[in-house]
Amino acid sequence: MKQTRLMMGMPITIEIVDPQATAAVFDEVYDYFAHIDETFSTYKSTSEITAINDGTLVLADASAEMQVVFAMCEETKKETNGYFDIKTPNGKFDPSGLVKGWAIWNAAKLLEKKGLKNFYVDAGGDIQPHGHNADGKKWAVGIKNPFNAIENIKVMYVNTEGVATSGTYIRGLHIYNPRGGNAPVSDIVSLTVIGPNIHDADRFATAAFAMGVDGINFIERLRGYEGYIIDTKGVATMTTGFEKYTIA
Amino acid sequence: MKKYIIAGVLVVAFVAYLVFANKGSTPVAVVSTTTPTTTDPAPATGTVSGGTTSGGTGTGSGSGSTSGGTTTGTIGQYKDGTYTGSVADAFYGKLQAVVTIKGGLITNVTFPQAPSGGNSSEVSAFALPALKQEAIAAQSANVNTVSGATQDSQAFNESLAVALAQAKN
Repeated sequence: MKQTRLMMGMPITIEIVDPQATAAVFDEVYDYFAHIDETFSTYKSTSEITAINDGTLVLADASAEMQVVFAMCEETKKETNGYFDIKTPNGKFDPSGLVKGWAIWNAAKLLEKKGLKNFYVDAGGDIQPHGHNADGKKWAVGIKNPFNAIENIKVMYVNTEGVATSGTYIRGLHIYNPRGGNAPVSDIVSLTVIGPNIHDADRFATAAFAMGVDGINFIERLRGYEGYIIDTKGVATMTTGFEKYTIA
Repeated sequence: MKKYIIAGVLVVAFVAYLVFANKGSTPVAVVSTTTPTTTDPAPATGTVSGGTTSGGTGTGSGSGSTSGGTTTGTIGQYKDGTYTGSVADAFYGKLQAVVTIKGGLITNVTFPQAPSGGNSSEVSAFALPALKQEAIAAQSANVNTVSGATQDSQAFNESLAVALAQAKN
């Protein structure tokens, strides 16, 4: 069974291969995402994060999951030399860069707890697979062409690894620096990270993307993570262990 | 087709933005669009997403927009003025486009609100170490699902569409 719903401004797709999947299971997972949105959406006036940002709720009095998320954000900030930072320029907190991957991971764990073994949860292109696909094979996950959204430029094969892509299209412009000869300044449009789970893959993808061309080196140095970065010229650079995921 | 129009408009807007934004400063001068190494000539969806604005290219900088949206001209497709798009859900944060139209053309797009998620380093010209590189090319293999940054661009499209709808003649 497979379902897609538009939530939190993005398509969330769940496919469950196991025959015991029921409509109620899907509802439960989508209800969890709705709860996450209600709690962590910075533009919902009724959300808990908004109460924190408005100063009407202190973190110490917030829900356990809010405190866990803040602790994880602080940890990620340290691990990424400050590149991951939930403090916005106007002094508010926006943990959504971490919450998305964490929520996908929790949704997958929810399915596991129900005894389901073969499924994936995909929220806006960040994916947590588990087990195998309907053909009994590894899940085949494409990397979207940042220059042509209907095309895939790479296929990765995974069982339980999380796959996250950070990207932007405005960087699909060459910017030439007149002081640096005619060489275009190299910049990146897409960075995909494969990690032990979507939560970790996503938070490191977010931070690594903010590092620009150096992001792939950051991923290269992380044990247990592989990355695939695409620059403005359509040239990809991959970490040394990436290609093992391209074998079906 | 609409997407291509938006894409084209965006490229023009971004060039205009860079030229405009750099009147007061120095470094960046010439801008050209990417030629993807893939076969499809469509330059993506031409979308602009938050990663860049959060990435230190100057959110909302160089705007100089005539806020207040005074309507003065009807030369092109759009009325002159400054138009603010909806605050769109990019999940990574709010995203909102502000479009300035002069002489019927988009002269500036800024992002007073853009997703956060890290502070970018300065654009670095250092070469990557000896990691394997390849030119990207379309793959025809079947996939179960696709990883990509979609949500930001959708949010951008949404916000920009709202801003441009207001500017319509």
